[in-house]
Amino acid sequence: MLESSFIIPFLPLLSFVLIVFFTHNREKLSSGLSIFMMTVAWVYSIIVVIQVIAHSGGHAFVLERAFDIVNLKNFRLELGILVDPLTAIMLVVVNTVSLMVHIYSLGYMHGDRLFSRFFAYLSLFTFAMLGLVMANNFFLIFIFWELVGLTSYLLIGFWYEKKSASDAGKKAFITTKVGDLGFLLGLMMMGFYLGTFNYHEVFAAIEAGQISGGVLTAMAIFVFCGAVGKSAQFPLHVWLPDAMEGPTPVSALIHAATMVAAGVFLVARSMTVFLATVDGAMTVAWIGLITSFFAATIALVQVDIKRVLAFSTLSQLGYMIMALGLGGYTAGTFHLMTHAFFKALLFLGAGSVIHAVHTNDINEMGGLSAKMKITSTTFIIASLSIAGIFPLSGFWSKDEIIASAHNHPFFMVVALLVAFMTAFYMFRLCFKTFFGQPQDQEKFDHAHESPRSMTWPLIFLAVLSVVAGWVGIPWLKYGYASFVYHGHPHNAEPNIILMIVSTIVAVSGIILAYLMYYKKSISAEAMGARFKPIYTLLYNKYYVDEFYDMALIKPVHATARFLWRFDAGVIDGLVNLYGKVTIWLADVKYWIDANIVDGIVNGLGLICGAASQAFRYIQSGRLAHYLFVVLFGLIVIGLLATSNLLNWALRQVNLL
Amino acid sequence: MTEPLVFYLLAFLVIASALAVVTVRNIFHCALFLIFCLFSIAGIYVMLFAEFVAVVQVLLYVGAVAILMIFAIMLTSRLAGHDVQMSNEQVFIGGFLSLIMVYGLVWSLSNTFFRISDEAPAVNTPLAIGKSLMTDFVLPFELVSVILLAAMIGAIVIARREGN
Amino acid sequence: MQLMHYLSLAAILFSIGFFGVVTRRNAIAILMSLELMFNAVNINLIAFNRYVTPGDLLGQIFAIFVIVIAAAEAVVGLSIVILIYRHWRGIDVDRINLMKW
Repeated sequence: MLESSFIIPFLPLLSFVLIVFFTHNREKLSSGLSIFMMTVAWVYSIIVVIQVIAHSGGHAFVLERAFDIVNLKNFRLELGILVDPLTAIMLVVVNTVSLMVHIYSLGYMHGDRLFSRFFAYLSLFTFAMLGLVMANNFFLIFIFWELVGLTSYLLIGFWYEKKSASDAGKKAFITTKVGDLGFLLGLMMMGFYLGTFNYHEVFAAIEAGQISGGVLTAMAIFVFCGAVGKSAQFPLHVWLPDAMEGPTPVSALIHAATMVAAGVFLVARSMTVFLATVDGAMTVAWIGLITSFFAATIALVQVDIKRVLAFSTLSQLGYMIMALGLGGYTAGTFHLMTHAFFKALLFLGAGSVIHAVHTNDINEMGGLSAKMKITSTTFIIASLSIAGIFPLSGFWSKDEIIASAHNHPFFMVVALLVAFMTAFYMFRLCFKTFFGQPQDQEKFDHAHESPRSMTWPLIFLAVLSVVAGWVGIPWLKYGYASFVYHGHPHNAEPNIILMIVSTIVAVSGIILAYLMYYKKSISAEAMGARFKPIYTLLYNKYYVDEFYDMALIKPVHATARFLWRFDAGVIDGLVNLYGKVTIWLADVKYWIDANIVDGIVNGLGLICGAASQAFRYIQSGRLAHYLFVVLFGLIVIGLLATSNLLNWALRQVNLL
Repeated sequence: MTEPLVFYLLAFLVIASALAVVTVRNIFHCALFLIFCLFSIAGIYVMLFAEFVAVVQVLLYVGAVAILMIFAIMLTSRLAGHDVQMSNEQVFIGGFLSLIMVYGLVWSLSNTFFRISDEAPAVNTPLAIGKSLMTDFVLPFELVSVILLAAMIGAIVIARREGN
Repeated sequence: MQLMHYLSLAAILFSIGFFGVVTRRNAIAILMSLELMFNAVNINLIAFNRYVTPGDLLGQIFAIFVIVIAAAEAVVGLSIVILIYRHWRGIDVDRINLMKW
């Protein structure tokens, strides 16, 4: 089974092709086909994981199958798959979340004009993501990387008639493209210095010291640029909040669980590279830390439910990147898995709420737990998980991450602070949405629980949010840490102190939120008014978008306008001038031709006329005159011919 | 010995009558002087052992052409009327020019070398001429007959009265 | 007599004829002067025949042809003169200047 695991990505691709060419008019058939293919792929991926676990033994199992498409002396391109524990985990994560989103979309996108197209795009995205995690070389992963970016653009701007949606799609695509540029530079360096893109060959070359020092750091940072773009790290994070314009299933699939995890996945895959360069690794860690803190602070004051979740995603991604940068391969990938499940659940739940009350603004919600039991329950479970409450999955993965920073106290402190903020803003969200008095009575009356196609995935993901983390419980002999690791297997050491500290931090965050938003004993408005400048700064996301607009977008627009004016004015002006000069020259030539050339010709005619006017008087009409002239000429010629007169004359003028 | 005498006599007659042809006022007298000149030239031909040509000259020129001219004179001028002016205004320049022409011709002729042969002139000329005409010169002979025909027709056509 | 005499005679006759052609006003007189020129040519031909190639009769034959042609030409010329006379009632060539400018 493992040998043919390469067909896993092609199953959703097949459904994409079939929908696009054959069934896009038949909605039920399209969605059914899509879900069927996803189910098959999901089952297959589970089988792969089981097989990989079974083959593990005492060391990591690796299966690689590839064939060359370009094989020159010092350059090689190949297509192939690599199946190792990380791949297996990613396969399960991607397929599970994608399948849940497919089922959820049956209900959420019901009645939409472009229903079939949505499923086609979902299938295409899943194909791209699966290909990305199964690739065995950097070149192939880059191809799928770009494809994922494309499908993200298509899905974010799905409701393309809305200007904000199409703008958001463009922003996502262009911003990630900036990161991809760095990735491409890294790839070029790889191809130039190492002549191959294959993971194993690259890592072996680096460990052998083929490239080192500044070159290696540069390459690592360039490759990381791709992750910065795709995983929306600072400073390329600006596209993720706007990407909430897309339908909520899209947000759940792409911007919570899978695509943004691609950056984390890339860094994890390239762990050897980053471990080999301290500067590169620390850059990664710092960016992760900055992002997580920065995003968490913004999430504190947002009022759009999806925005809060978006910034939460940014913050959690920052966590993962930071962990990877500090060498915590196991921690980062573990959190990736658990985060995928509970973040997807949070987004789908938010979608359910939005579907019910037709608004994203949490200030217009309230008391919805009475009306939407399943949604609120699962949402709260996910919030507890992300806050890191024992024994939910988030607790275990978060602790791993904080533990990975044990050599860097500053990182640890900031990470704990972020954990506090995470718990706080998540429960702020919960309390404001599901508890308290309804802020908008009319919307409240209309609210109702979502259909089964939407609630069933919520339940499934809630279960996963609880149990998925149990594979990483430190006391397990063959836990996650002995399965997915870098270098050598290890069992996670239980750090009781850390557990207690993190629990206290999380609980205090929840309590603060409770006090502020449920009991209202601390007034949020008063705090907001007291710290007005900070509040404004956070609410406006540190004005990063405005800064980009001013520093980059406007200059580019101005340059484009200038160039357009230059082209239309100068270049076109030159061309027009050339045309005008040609016309003027044509006029001049015409004048010359009509006056001078024709003048000469006419002049000749006139001269002839004038001369003949003068000569006509020779014609006297009298025979005698004519005869005389003829005979006279004859005599002259005769004399000249027979005498030496001609010779004598010519000799006089030196012609003879 | 008598040869130069005869020659000079005939030459004098020729030149005198020629001068008369070109200067006499009365056109009829011109014609008569022309006939006289032609006869004299026939005599010159006889001196040059070209009897046949002399006879042809008399027959054709005198007998036909000169008579024709007299007819034409008769038809076109009033004999008894006043005489028109004989010559135009080009008399002096023409005379001068002809004098130059004479001088030039004679001078160039005298400077030319002619290979004078010592053979005796042929005797049986009419027979020989006839033979040549029929053998060597049959083509010009025929052509000339065509020309005569054309001239005859042309003359008839040109001079016929309107309506004929 | 020598060749030169005959040639001189022919030359003088030719010039006289030329003078007549150029000078005379009467059309028929011009034709008669033209006949004089023809005769001068004939004298030349016969003289050359006698002194340069006596055995060969080419010159005489040539002279005969000239006479015949001259006759034909005189015929046509005179018919033209008659025609002119019919139209103009006179044959003063000085008055026949239709082709004047």
